[in-house]
Formats: sequence, structure tokens, C-alpha cells
Amino acid sequence: MENLTQAIQGVPLNHYILLSIIVFAIGVVGVLIRRNAIVIFMSVELMLNAVNLLLIAFSVHHNDPSGQVFVFFIMALAAAEVAIGLAIIVMIYRNINSTDVNILNKLKW
Amino acid sequence: MNALILLSILAILVLYLGLYKAKNALLPVSLLGLGAGLILALLEWNSGAAPIYDGMMHFDNFAVAFTSIGIISTMLILLISKDYFEHISDNVAEYYAILLFALVGILVMVSFNNLSMLFIGIEIMSVSLYILAGIRKNDYKSNEAALKYFLTGAFSTGFLLMGITFIYGSTGSFDLGLIKNYVISNPAEISPLLYTGLILMIIGLSFKVGAAPFHFWTPDVYEGSPTIITAFMSTAVKTAGFAAFLRLFMICFAPLHDFWMPVLLVISVLTLFIGNVTALYQHSFKRMLAFSSISHAGYLMFAIIALGPDSVNSVVLYAAAYSIASIIAFAVLILVKRQTGSDNFESFNGLARQNPFIAFTLTIAMLSLAGIPLTAGFIGKFMMFSTVLSEYHVWLVVMAVINAVIGIYYYLKVVVAMYFKSAERSEIQSSPYFNFVIGFSAMLTLIFGVYPSFISNLF
Repeated sequence: MENLTQAIQGVPLNHYILLSIIVFAIGVVGVLIRRNAIVIFMSVELMLNAVNLLLIAFSVHHNDPSGQVFVFFIMALAAAEVAIGLAIIVMIYRNINSTDVNILNKLKW
Repeated sequence: MNALILLSILAILVLYLGLYKAKNALLPVSLLGLGAGLILALLEWNSGAAPIYDGMMHFDNFAVAFTSIGIISTMLILLISKDYFEHISDNVAEYYAILLFALVGILVMVSFNNLSMLFIGIEIMSVSLYILAGIRKNDYKSNEAALKYFLTGAFSTGFLLMGITFIYGSTGSFDLGLIKNYVISNPAEISPLLYTGLILMIIGLSFKVGAAPFHFWTPDVYEGSPTIITAFMSTAVKTAGFAAFLRLFMICFAPLHDFWMPVLLVISVLTLFIGNVTALYQHSFKRMLAFSSISHAGYLMFAIIALGPDSVNSVVLYAAAYSIASIIAFAVLILVKRQTGSDNFESFNGLARQNPFIAFTLTIAMLSLAGIPLTAGFIGKFMMFSTVLSEYHVWLVVMAVINAVIGIYYYLKVVVAMYFKSAERSEIQSSPYFNFVIGFSAMLTLIFGVYPSFISNLF
């Protein structure tokens, strides 16, 4: 455990911040340009994982465990969201035989 | 705090009632539990509660006030949901339970004292609402609303979490008190990470409350969801979103007012114009209400822009006025839609002749939403505008008044349809539950409008 903490601290904090921002941005772009509901959903998970990584890095650098506990909260709630989200996508697939969000355009003004 | 525990147990109890097929007991048990929860919450008024569970939650007067608004709105909505869920499915207990779980999330959101509780509260509420938006499994519109709500909700959670992470990175804590100390103690050398985090949190929370330019999901979700759920989303959920927004900025970031104020100013003006101008073109009453809820988000934002001692009071009053008026509007919409099968303005034609009471209460609700004197909505708008004026944002008030005038036009459109257009229609058979809810809400609207001192001097 000590080795792990030292290993994480061995990399400068800025590198973690940059990496997380890049992964987060990939997630955001994925949500905005992909049209398949499942791929959009995966991009959202990518955003959450970028957050988790950054939280761990900050937590080690501050020498404060609460950041790591927060990661568990995020993982648990992300799992709950996956359960609901996939159920919604399955429900839609049964009705329209597709997961393309462009087909879903009944609600418009 | 006790209210939170009671409501969580109540939701599980309701699930068990469903398991043992006690369908008739669902509504009375839920209402009794909510009533008990309301009393428990009110007992903690002015009790000088300290933060509990290692500073995770703080059930102060702020939390009590918003909890009460949430519980009362939910009670009124449950009353009009009698026989509503039964049309959708045989397993009705789950709907009551999920609605109650969403309310539990709202309670956590309004009483958080730690950013992790803010996140957990928002998620408990949102995850329940994703299910509720899609409870009509075979209805195409309901499906679409659920998916759109889910994808935008999860997306905005990502922004909110990134913001929380940056704030944690710069301050080293999730606790609101410690973050405040960090902001106050060294104003000259605040890490740029904190500012980034602040902007990301504003984006995430604006998504949740449906403020422009992050409002695009609101009309679709509100229109597609079952009307009862739309009523819940535009009253209790909206109020809770603003309570969380206000609580965060009031406790933590008040010293950085000069930094975030211009951002919120732009968001607020955009929200007002987009909400009001688009509402003018709507043919559907339900979609018009969705856009009107966007524009009300703009007015509610005024209290955060002019952050001061009066902010809490004006948000409580405005949110209460807006919630009860919206409940009347949605209740009448359910009745009209049940009869005519459509939610266009034309389906309200001639309602006043056949159902004078329903038409009268809807008129009061519309006047209150438009902000006409002698209704609660006027007092709410008045307090908002005077809060902003005391901070010398004169041109913001000018914008708001222009928008209020635009608002009067589309709110009165339905009143004109009810009173001055004739159509062949039969009388709507309304149940005593509906009559009680719309009568009680209309009475509250008038009482708050004539004697605002009931709730305008709470804080």
C-alpha cells in the first residue's frame, strides 16, 4: 500500500490533471457526436472514469482518504445508472428495433 | 433529519404493501407518512440544529423550508394521482415507492453540508426520475422522454462531478465549511483549479434546473413524460435544484461573487428570453408550461445573482407560489386531456360554461404564474425584483419586466380560450380529490397574494 502511494506521488500532479481532462474531453465529444444510445452511454462512463482517476490523484497528493471514498460513491451510483440506463435502452429497442437517437424525434415544436 | 429517515422507511413500506397486494392502502399510507414527515420536519424549525454525521448534513431552517415545499407538493400530486397509475400498469406500488425515493433525494439535496451529499442527493432523485419519465412502456413519447432525460442527466452529472473534483483538488476537502474557510483565508492566491471547478459546477447545476443554454432537454422531457410526473418534475424537483444551487453558493462561494456573478447574469437573461419567446409559439398547453418553467428558472436565478440576506426568503416564496400554481395547471390539464384526448389550447375552449369552478381555479393559477397582483406569483416576482434592485442591477430588472409582459400574453391565451371561445363539449366529471387539490391550491395562492407576511418574513 505504501509503495502504491509513493508510486502515485512519483508522477507530478499536473500529468494526472492533463490526462483526466483529455479523457473527460473524449467523453464529452463522444456524447455530442455519436448517435448510438449505447455508445453515448459509454462516453458518459468515460467521463465518470476521468473524474475517478483525478479524485484518486488528488486524494493521494492531499494525503486525505475522503477523495478515495468519494470514488466508491461514484462507482456505486454509476452502477445504478447503468442498470436504469440499459433498461431504458432495452425498452426502446423493443419498441422501435433501434438504438439510434436520431430516430427519436417525435417530440418537436 | 427525522423526516428523511421516516420517508426512506415509508418508501420501503409502500413496496412491501405492493408485495402483499394491499392496493387500496397505498395512497392513504403514503399520504399519512408524508404528513408525519412534514410534521417532523416542521418540528425542527428554529431548533438550532448543528451539522450531523461528521458534518455531512445540516438540517437548518433553510432545509426545513424547502423540505416542506417538497413534501406538500408531493402530497398534492399524490392526491391527483388517484386512479392515474392504475391505467398504466397493474403494479402500482412501485410508482408510489419511486416517487417517495425521489422525494428522499430531494430532502438530501436541500440539507447537504458536504459535496458528496449533494452528489448523492441529486443522483437518488435523478435515477428515480429516469424511471418515472418512462413508466408508459409502450408509449413512444414516454420512451423518448426517458432516454433524453437519462442521457442529458448522466452527461450533466459528469460535469458536476468534474467540478466537485477540481474544488476538492484545490481546497483538499468536500466539506462546505472548510471550502468556505479556504476561500476566505487566502483570497489573493486561490488556485485556478477552484475557478474551473466553479464553472463546471455551474454548468452541471444549470442542466439540472433547466437554465439556458442547457435547457434543450426540458421541453421534450416535460412533454413526453406522463402529466403527473411532469407536475412533480416542474414543482418539487425544480425547487430542490434551486435550493441546492442557492445553498452551495450562499455557504461556500459568496466571497467569489465578483467572479461568478457575470456568468449567472448571462445565463439568467438568456433563460428568460428563450423560455418566454419560445413559449409564445406553442400550440400545446403542456409544452407551453414546459417553456414557462424554463422562464421561471430565469427569475429564480435572480436570487442567486443578488446573493444577500433576502435571497433565501425570495426563493422560498417564489418557489412555493410557482409550485402551487403549476400543480393547479397540471391537474386541470389531466382532467381536460382525459376528456378530449388532446393537450392543445383548443381543447380548453368553452370550459368556463361547463365547469366554472375548474376554469376559475385555472385562471387564478395563470394569473399567479404571470405575476398579476393579489396572487402569490406577484409577491414572488416583487421580492425577486426588489432583491435584484437592491444590488443595483437596474437593466436586469428592465429585462425581467419585458419578459413578464411577454409572459402575460401566453398565460392569458388559455384563459381567453376557456371564457371567450365556445365549443360543443360536455361537463368534465371531476373527482373530489381533484376538486380538493385545485381548490386548496387556488386558496393558498390567493392567501399568499393578499397576506404575504405568512411566509415573507420567515428568515
